Amino acid sequence: MSGHSTIHYKNPVVRWIDTRLPIISTMQVNAMDFPTPKNLNYFWTFGGILTLFLGIQIVTGLILAMHYTAHVSLAFNSVEHIMRDVNYGWLLRYMHANGASFFFIAVYIHIFRGLYYGSYKQPRELLWMIGVVILLLMMATAFMGYVLPWGQMSFWGATVITNLFSAIPLVGTAIVEWLWGGFAVGNPTLNRFYSLHYLLPFVLAAVVFLHIWALHVPGNNNPSGVEVKSDKDTIPFHPYYTVKDFFAIIVFLFFYAAFVFYLPNTLGHTDNYIPANPLVTPAHIVPEWYFLPFYAILRAVPDKLGGVIAMFAAIAVLFVLPWLDTSKVKSATFRPLYRQFFWILVITCIGLGYLGAKPPEGGYVIASRILTIYYFAHFLVILPLLGIFERTKPLPASISESVLAKHGGGGATAAAGAASAPENRG
Amino acid sequence: MTFGDLDVAHAHTDTQEPTRRDFLYIATGAVTAVGAAAVLWPFIDQMNPDASVQALASIEVDITSVEVGQSLTVMWRGKPVFIRHRTEAEIEEANAVPIGDLPDPIARNANLPADAEATDANRVFATGEAEPRLEWLLMVGVCTHLGCVPLGEQGDYDGWFCPCHGSHYDSAGRIRKGPAPRNLDVPEYEFVSDTLIRVG
Repeated sequence: MSGHSTIHYKNPVVRWIDTRLPIISTMQVNAMDFPTPKNLNYFWTFGGILTLFLGIQIVTGLILAMHYTAHVSLAFNSVEHIMRDVNYGWLLRYMHANGASFFFIAVYIHIFRGLYYGSYKQPRELLWMIGVVILLLMMATAFMGYVLPWGQMSFWGATVITNLFSAIPLVGTAIVEWLWGGFAVGNPTLNRFYSLHYLLPFVLAAVVFLHIWALHVPGNNNPSGVEVKSDKDTIPFHPYYTVKDFFAIIVFLFFYAAFVFYLPNTLGHTDNYIPANPLVTPAHIVPEWYFLPFYAILRAVPDKLGGVIAMFAAIAVLFVLPWLDTSKVKSATFRPLYRQFFWILVITCIGLGYLGAKPPEGGYVIASRILTIYYFAHFLVILPLLGIFERTKPLPASISESVLAKHGGGGATAAAGAASAPENRG
Repeated sequence: MTFGDLDVAHAHTDTQEPTRRDFLYIATGAVTAVGAAAVLWPFIDQMNPDASVQALASIEVDITSVEVGQSLTVMWRGKPVFIRHRTEAEIEEANAVPIGDLPDPIARNANLPADAEATDANRVFATGEAEPRLEWLLMVGVCTHLGCVPLGEQGDYDGWFCPCHGSHYDSAGRIRKGPAPRNLDVPEYEFVSDTLIRVG
């Protein structure tokens, strides 16, 4: 990604290639030697996990596309055909369906890691914003993928979500009929969703590339939130973090495999094994679990347009987060009040997820309203004010010092010793 | 070299008068923009409802077998249409509601002017009738909130209830409580005979 390489390769073939297309030196600089803060904890391994899951989804999806038929009268049966007839079709479909869920588990942990350690702050604002674009693309892709099996939840989920656009004044109906290609969700809708569901992961891959590029300009944030001051604060990405990421991936895949093999339908909805029926709405429509908090916000507002705006605003607010958080201190480790509000936000989001799965009546609606208001208050009121009123703890002078302070050490001599012995770090 | 040395060469660009080159730039840009929009339009319009979808826009329904207190659901343009043979009690209940109490005071009846009030009579008015046939209520069974199909003979107002997000409609299909913004839409329809309805 950088300009001309200064690395001189001895191997003449490698040198011949690299002077014409510096792909080898670029990989060496960005994926091998890349100076990475030496104190990254396991929450920093989710970037690698997410990249792997994008790969898993693309590969399994590509194969499912070879056996799937995007037509209202054939789609449901073609999915059953994949499950019953295609060799290992059950495995590939369960990998793909549960892969989406684990993709979202990883991305939510990744996002909350960024929130806790202030990874969205200067100079990483654009990196964060590209991340929010990735989240939106993931949501669009997952939504359209869920429509493809053409079960009851597919059909009615598609109906409810596309109808969100009918809330737009004046042109709403025209936009929705344009999205449907008809007067209701039907065959044209299924066909275009299939086309876009196939396209978007590749768009996603391109935006992930931008995300990594934007990461490699300022480099990683770290648990101390203090920027890298010298070479003593960093270690090369390979082998230290390739190994750490690899280990985290194995552990994460362990949970993934447990669901794929033993609980393949736990995260799905049984109604989606009923073929789509435009005349009967299931008694209880719920989206996939990863949309539930946003669904709760949609239903919390007693006005159609207002609910739709609130739901999109719940994500839009993340775009401007770098400017809403007025505190100069990044890591919650040194922000005693922010740390408490962070955990309240986590509980709020889990609470909204719980309420999104409940029927829209009585106490559930009231609770959804309270949590929705709190969600927005966290970003629009609490964060701007905290930067002014919070007394932060003193920051360590460097990453090295923060690592040593954690182990009861300190001082310049100990810092030098630790830098030369990275195996002793926390 | 200074700008002073170039007086003669720059003389025509220093004036406020647009030059032939300015004109060419603007004309080229305008033609390009129009051409790009013209090329873009087919790519956008192909997603709109196509000819085969439009062709199914009208249906006829026999209502002979629908007794008082029964409903019929038919498919029209991919959506369910409710045809209800209302009871006296349901008609009275709908008539008793003052227009001022309705969240949506517009009839939403495609057979009437767009600003017609949401009286019970206006909800059941078909095209080509002198008087409304109060016992026959016909409307698109799609919740005006987010498009679910409401359940009949339910809810707090003896009409329809949408299980998705909790909208209550009364016995004239008017929104009374919940997030839905509008009354259920009454499509264009007419009585071909006493027992045959044409929808669309």
